[in-house]
Amino acid sequence: MRHFLDFEKPIAELEGKIEELRRMSEPGGINIAEEVARLTDKADKQLRATYAKLTPWQKTQVARHPDRPRALDYIRGLIEDFTPLAGDRAFADDAAVPGGLGRFKGRAVVVLGTEKGADTESRVKHNFGMARPEGYRKARRLIALAGRFKLPVLSFVDTSGAFPGVEAEARGQAEAIARSIEACLDAPVPVVATIIGEGGSGGAIALAAGDQVLMLEHAIYSVISPEGCASILWRDAAQAATAAEALRLTAEDLRRLKLIDAIVPEPLGGAHRDREATIKAVGEAIERALVPLLSQDGAALRAHRRQKFLEMGREGG
Amino acid sequence: MSWLTEFVRPKIRTLFARREVPDNLWHQCPACQQMIFHRDMEANLKVCPHCAHHMRATAADRLAWSFDDGAFTRVELPKVPADPLRFRDSKRYSDRLREAREQTGLEDAIQVGHGRIGGRRAVVAAMEFAFIAASMGAAVGEGIVTAARLAVMQRAALVLYATSGGARMQEGMISLMQMPRTVIAAQMVKEAGLPYIVVLTDPTTGGVTASFAMLGDIHIAEPGAVIGFAGARVIEQTVREKLPEGFQRAEYLHEHGIVDMVVPRTALQATLARLLGLLMAADEPAAPLAA
Repeated sequence: MRHFLDFEKPIAELEGKIEELRRMSEPGGINIAEEVARLTDKADKQLRATYAKLTPWQKTQVARHPDRPRALDYIRGLIEDFTPLAGDRAFADDAAVPGGLGRFKGRAVVVLGTEKGADTESRVKHNFGMARPEGYRKARRLIALAGRFKLPVLSFVDTSGAFPGVEAEARGQAEAIARSIEACLDAPVPVVATIIGEGGSGGAIALAAGDQVLMLEHAIYSVISPEGCASILWRDAAQAATAAEALRLTAEDLRRLKLIDAIVPEPLGGAHRDREATIKAVGEAIERALVPLLSQDGAALRAHRRQKFLEMGREGG
Repeated sequence: MSWLTEFVRPKIRTLFARREVPDNLWHQCPACQQMIFHRDMEANLKVCPHCAHHMRATAADRLAWSFDDGAFTRVELPKVPADPLRFRDSKRYSDRLREAREQTGLEDAIQVGHGRIGGRRAVVAAMEFAFIAASMGAAVGEGIVTAARLAVMQRAALVLYATSGGARMQEGMISLMQMPRTVIAAQMVKEAGLPYIVVLTDPTTGGVTASFAMLGDIHIAEPGAVIGFAGARVIEQTVREKLPEGFQRAEYLHEHGIVDMVVPRTALQATLARLLGLLMAADEPAAPLAA
């Protein structure tokens, strides 16, 4: 069963009708085939029209869509010989941050991500994609490993944010995030980060301070969730749509502000409507971003990366 | 309300008002409610003489209290684009900025000065909570980058007084990008072989804690300061349980190995001087400072 978002209701109704007609037309009737074609065309137009002008709040919902491909889907789809590595060597392994070694288009790489989980059981296992300090310390460890063996780092970011918990604070959540950002910035190898769904604040930048930051067309990347922002600044979480607008959290806005490097277009109707095509498009975009970086030495990569971040937000306005 | 606020203070105020002296001669300690005479308050670095509660200090206080003999040179900070997102909630961000500037007399939530601490060269960057809760936007990031560059240029230590409610939401992702920017600033100082000391003051939370404030060579915290990543209320809502006693306080962080020491404000300057003396070689006292 396809999951429809609230604003997709007209599309859902059309597709429901088409489905019904198809079921009825099993014996085969010409009139019904015509009607199906007409409705399919209408549904297609409706979908195109809706997705051509998604509001930032609608994009937020698409970015959080339960059927959207997640970090492990990209790892499975794009990385051969994936060899998961575990743990921060100090406390635990964090299932919210899968990572390890593998091969991307023939090249050995280190791959990392934040994984939200696909169903209730796996969501609990992955802590809904909210990493704890050990997750960020694992990321730091894997990035250091990449540096030692001159392997590019690919990260897939999809998190509502770092886990806000008593234990996480006691073990130094803030320090773990700061060190993970530092590890990204320090890496003497290419770092390509892709925001695939939700890029939630510090928990996202911890894995995304890269040479190239890609973002899926309907992904969001924000300093605070629209709901959180609305409840603080508007004192009303119901103002989330307004906050989403004001925060400029869409790929298009962030590209315009020069805070991300490229946008990966999604299939019509969003990544969840054609997961395979989305994963393939992301793979191609990563390849395009990665290849020019491979010829640069570690010092040049670090210097350019620093320069890029130091320049951010200094012009315009 | 104590008898003191009810009766004594208004009398004193009317007595002195005609002579045009500041009308806030008495301060009330928010912790023990006792009244503190303003001169005692300043002499004791805004620490309550009755209960040792550390009241909030301004960025200007921090600069004034840090350097040898209180002598320092203020550093002009580069301007950044104001209100890049044209953000508006119940108020325009540009109006919020203007009001904060009028109230504090500052451009944004950070001030930087350079001078000497214990005879060693030091650049001090201090955040100002009264300016939009010392939230970190492009101006704060720029201030920290500038302070770091200056420290490297002068071969000076960087001492950073952190306080912040978190990200400057009104600057959206530009605010988030100050995290990597300020991490780079901390790296520059460390790569130059210079000490980077962070003084965590009440409160230090959010993106500031999760970037430059947790990357010091040495972390000092003021007694009782709230220091953390996530806000206590958010955590309470997530875990649905009562938070432990003293959670996210300086002493709790010390116990958990996140800060090196909890130092009362009145001993802070001497502590900084001792640390810089241990970490840095003495240089020729009359060396000219680079501009």
